[in-house]
Amino acid sequence: MTASPRADVARATGWGLFIASLVLAGIYFGSRRLRDFDAALVPYAGASVFSAFGLGYRYSMWLTKPPTRLFWRRGWRLFFAPSRVAQNLSRLAALFAVNIVAQRFIEKRSPLRWAAHWFIFWGCMLAAAVTFPLSFGWIHFETAGAVQERYQAFVFGLRVFTFDLASPLAPLVFNVLDISAVLVIVGVSLAMWRRGRDRGALAVQQFGADLLPLVMLFAVSITGVFLTVSTHLMRGLHFVFLSQLHAVTVIFTLLYLPFGKFFHIFQRPAQLGVAFYRETGAKGEAAPCARCGEPFASRMHVEDLKQVERELGIRYEAVRVKASAPDSTTAHYQDICPACRRKNLALTQDALWRRGE
Amino acid sequence: MSELAFFIDYSRCIGCQACVHACEECDTHRGRSLIHLETIERRDSVQTAPQVCMHCEDPICAQVCPADAIKQTAEGVVQSSLKPRCIGCSNCVLACPFGVPKYDGDADQMMKCDMCYDRTSTGRRPMCATVCPSGALAFTTIEEIMQTRQGRAVNDWQFGDQHVRTKVFVLVPTEVTRVNVAVIPLSSLRRSQPPPVPYDVAALLEGQ
Repeated sequence: MTASPRADVARATGWGLFIASLVLAGIYFGSRRLRDFDAALVPYAGASVFSAFGLGYRYSMWLTKPPTRLFWRRGWRLFFAPSRVAQNLSRLAALFAVNIVAQRFIEKRSPLRWAAHWFIFWGCMLAAAVTFPLSFGWIHFETAGAVQERYQAFVFGLRVFTFDLASPLAPLVFNVLDISAVLVIVGVSLAMWRRGRDRGALAVQQFGADLLPLVMLFAVSITGVFLTVSTHLMRGLHFVFLSQLHAVTVIFTLLYLPFGKFFHIFQRPAQLGVAFYRETGAKGEAAPCARCGEPFASRMHVEDLKQVERELGIRYEAVRVKASAPDSTTAHYQDICPACRRKNLALTQDALWRRGE
Repeated sequence: MSELAFFIDYSRCIGCQACVHACEECDTHRGRSLIHLETIERRDSVQTAPQVCMHCEDPICAQVCPADAIKQTAEGVVQSSLKPRCIGCSNCVLACPFGVPKYDGDADQMMKCDMCYDRTSTGRRPMCATVCPSGALAFTTIEEIMQTRQGRAVNDWQFGDQHVRTKVFVLVPTEVTRVNVAVIPLSSLRRSQPPPVPYDVAALLEGQ
């Protein structure tokens, strides 16, 4: 049964605080009790902690929805079924490669959308892999003692690798965020171009839900590139202002992360769970339609949906069956396949008119 | 005059498929037809019926969606699932009382009739209602419907104990105020015996 809204909010707040605490603990211990923490990056770390709270809160609230909760519980149970864990892990790797890495399902929706999303996704992932550990003090760079031309990279205080400033690796390391910014800018440009030309997108898109996230990503990326341009091409012109402007765009994006379109990043893995659910259902018993007898879904899915409907107060249990014989009975409407529902509507209207004949 | 509304009169459908092809021209799902055209009982009848989304006031598809992917516009039009959110679970496909949403396996997304939102949001008629030659699908005012049709237009439905109110109307006899849907079994419709199995259609047509 569903808990009261107040209990849901209390639980979600608890989860939000717990996730934020984990991030805080990660910052404290990961930076070796703040020894490697760069105080200049406090605003980024602070916004990340708030974002973690928001994500924990929203994810918990999301899981209070009966259909979400059911898929969540059922999905994990199916995944960790003792007899199938090994098989499921290899299947998970395959699904992850196709759906998350290659994102082929987006390509089927629209190749241009896929290209735009692919650039944005990998640009953001690359940037996140660098900026979060940097601002949390998990990684830092130092010159190698007295040798000013050699750089050392430390992760959690441990030296991981060393490189010469003249090596081909150096410009890649120092410009990794520029590379990610260019990827994002290419993706945002493709997305904006599509949204400006696709008449379907033009009809349904909304500024807050569809355009603002692109604007924010563009702002973060372009102000990041401005910093490099200022340093290397304009002898540091307006660098302080540009760095503050960049910080504002990043912090605003981090604060927006749990509450807007970007939350789909954290919802999307549910698609993998649903794929497991669907595959398991297909191997099990099928549910035949109570009207035509044809199988139309897995028995597991139909029964789970009945439970969800009960929790939501959807009362499909007793739909009258109009029989030619006098012993009319009832059927659960969830046992009727979608095609029969459609046919039945026309027949119902037909019967209403015939009644008056 | 009141505002334009969508009306279905299943009994007028002649199965011409104009709506099916016109639906593909809708910009929000160009190339994919999302309307349903059902042949009711192929063995004994040529009866057909179209089914568009009825745009429920409190859509059951959205209630059972685990990803919050189905949204309503301010005008009450229930949209296709949001692409970033839909996780392709098919809950909506199975739970919709009118059997409307379609699951696209390749795109791993639910899509459905959105009343040609690209058109209706700018005051134009939906593609299917524009091309329907028999008036089974009509997008007009309630006054015009009452002047040109028998019966009345209702948008209240009862499925067992579940009441559903829709944005789309259906035409029924005047005394009906709510459509109480009962399951009409196949056995009550079939009047002929099935042909012998296996059978050869070409041979039957040639009278052999």
